[in-house]
Amino acid sequence: MSHAVQDRPVAFAKPRGPLAHARLPRWAPAAVAAGSVAAGTGIGLAAGWHSKVQWGMLSALLFVLATYVVTTKVEGARQAKDRIATSLVWVCFVLAVVPLLSLAWVTVSKGLEVLDGYFLTHSMNGVLEVEAGGGVYHALLGTIEQVAIATLIAAPIGLLTAVYLVEYGTGKLAKAVTFFVDVMTGIPSIVAGLFVLSTWTLMLGFGPSGFAGAMALAILMMPVVVRSTEEMLKLVPNELREASLALGVPKWRTILKVVLPTAIGGITTGVMLAIARITGETAPILLLVFGTKLINPNPFEGAQSSLPLYVYEQYAVGTDAAVARAWAAALVLIAFVMILNLVARGIARWKAPKTGR
Amino acid sequence: MAKRIDVSGLSAYYGAHKAIDDISMTVEPRSVTAFIGPSGCGKSTFLRTLNRMHEVTPGGRVEGKVMLDDENLYGSGVDPVAVRRTVGMVFQRPNPFPTMSIFDNVAAGLRLNGTYKKSELADIVERSLKGANLWNEVKDRLNKPGSGLSGGQQQRLCIARAIAVEPDVLLMDEPCSALDPISTLAIEDLIGELKERFTIVIVTHNMQQAARVSDRTAFFNLAAVGQPGKLIELDDTERIFSNPSVQATEDYISGRFG
Ligand SMILES: Nc1ncnc2c1ncn2[C@@H]1O[C@H](COP(=O)(O)OP(=O)(O)OP(=O)(O)O)[C@@H](O)[C@H]1O
Ligand SMILES: [Mg+2]
Repeated sequence: MSHAVQDRPVAFAKPRGPLAHARLPRWAPAAVAAGSVAAGTGIGLAAGWHSKVQWGMLSALLFVLATYVVTTKVEGARQAKDRIATSLVWVCFVLAVVPLLSLAWVTVSKGLEVLDGYFLTHSMNGVLEVEAGGGVYHALLGTIEQVAIATLIAAPIGLLTAVYLVEYGTGKLAKAVTFFVDVMTGIPSIVAGLFVLSTWTLMLGFGPSGFAGAMALAILMMPVVVRSTEEMLKLVPNELREASLALGVPKWRTILKVVLPTAIGGITTGVMLAIARITGETAPILLLVFGTKLINPNPFEGAQSSLPLYVYEQYAVGTDAAVARAWAAALVLIAFVMILNLVARGIARWKAPKTGR
Repeated sequence: MAKRIDVSGLSAYYGAHKAIDDISMTVEPRSVTAFIGPSGCGKSTFLRTLNRMHEVTPGGRVEGKVMLDDENLYGSGVDPVAVRRTVGMVFQRPNPFPTMSIFDNVAAGLRLNGTYKKSELADIVERSLKGANLWNEVKDRLNKPGSGLSGGQQQRLCIARAIAVEPDVLLMDEPCSALDPISTLAIEDLIGELKERFTIVIVTHNMQQAARVSDRTAFFNLAAVGQPGKLIELDDTERIFSNPSVQATEDYISGRFG
């Protein structure tokens, strides 16, 4: 019994043995944080600073300093270092999360103004851009089609490339492929767009179409798929490959039936992240798909629209109604990516190797 | 059908490094042959040359002949995949397929090779699991993942998986080294039963185990670290453990080594 009591951190307790030392109570960091925020806000108000960012910075600084001082007093220098590292991690975490949450908040609150069933099911056909009305249907359709085509091109090629690199590639060719994949990862999207523009549109003479944009998106997507799939395949233990080979299973079947199923969760997540990346691309779409106010369900002929392009166009118009449409479309875009992500997580969880203990 | 293995002049390399040198031996059918020897002397390497798994390792290369009855495993035109169907293998660490259920693990060899009749599959799985002394423990949860079993059960699952494809020879690389004494005993009993049907080769670091399960024992040694391993002697297990003909063997077995 006495053990249980002794183990619980007691506020400002005196050390009881050579191994025990005084410890701050559990609520201490929260209290210090609250105090720092209060002090930061108070000082900010008193000094008349307008920027809330300055208040936040001051609070964060106070939090780290106060943690250090309090811990040194109570727990000693070594614990103080430990606490200061912990508090820095917390500050960084908050710094990362605050913009994210505020972005989500702003998009949702502004986007919901015009987002409704009508907005989702109508195009801008016959709508004056400076006035209210119209919708995002044509852009949503365009985005779905372009992303789907890009995925159909890039995912199989990327997957097979990764399988080649991990399972077969040993020599110079594999090194060269790895190098080019690395280079491709860094290609700016506008360059991919220009590449397709110069070959497909200018040299071969095709007009703007969703397919042209999808090709540029596929170029951007492929290296991401290769890289993530490669990492996932490398995680598959060699023992599983050997177990399968030792059963007299040919290598290609081993890859198909043992290696890929074991890694499928991670591969799916990687492909979904790649999709999320290209869904927001504007530059190649602007060059190759051109944009339109009308519904064009055929991705192989004629201009289409897409969500990021729509956001850009509406924002450029600049009237209140157009900007509201831009926010709503941005919300649709984020929701689209989010739904894809959730689906990917679902698949990953469903397909992941089960431990079943 | 258990088959005789006849190895002559076999050397194996990892890239430029020669791991085993000029090994010749005969492994009798329907018997258990144990490989013993210090760490790094090439027991695993040699074992893996017997079903052409050695060449799966990057840089792995083999010289010499391995006759299975009267067919050279390294003859021209021999398909390593076919060799591995004839010569099965159980690894040191249990390695069931994590995406598959217990049933699917045992059926994996047949399914992945496409060499089975649907109606027979359940029978084969049951027979193999019974053969591996695992049936009673798993018959109620055949659809649960194989990785949910204990280490000893997983190893017996791997043995069931290996015998489900009806090989002629079964190679085991330290199959009990990760197991507790009870599971070890279960697997040793199993080996005693399996030798009625298969030719069995087992690598072990456990002298008692070699003495308990094997009919013949081969002692491998290496002159120095970095030198290739060699076969020192192969004889009836009783002789090896009572009256070996080479001094090094006696030293190793009695613990007066190195
Ligand atoms: N994948 C590999 N690449 C390069 N060298 C290897 C590889 N595997 C083994 N070797 C080398 O081959 C030699 C024999 O190794 P092997 O694994 O066959 O020994 P072993 O007798 O099975 O040892 P242990 O009893 O520890 O399992 C060692 O010198 C080892 O360093
Ligand atoms: Mg070994």
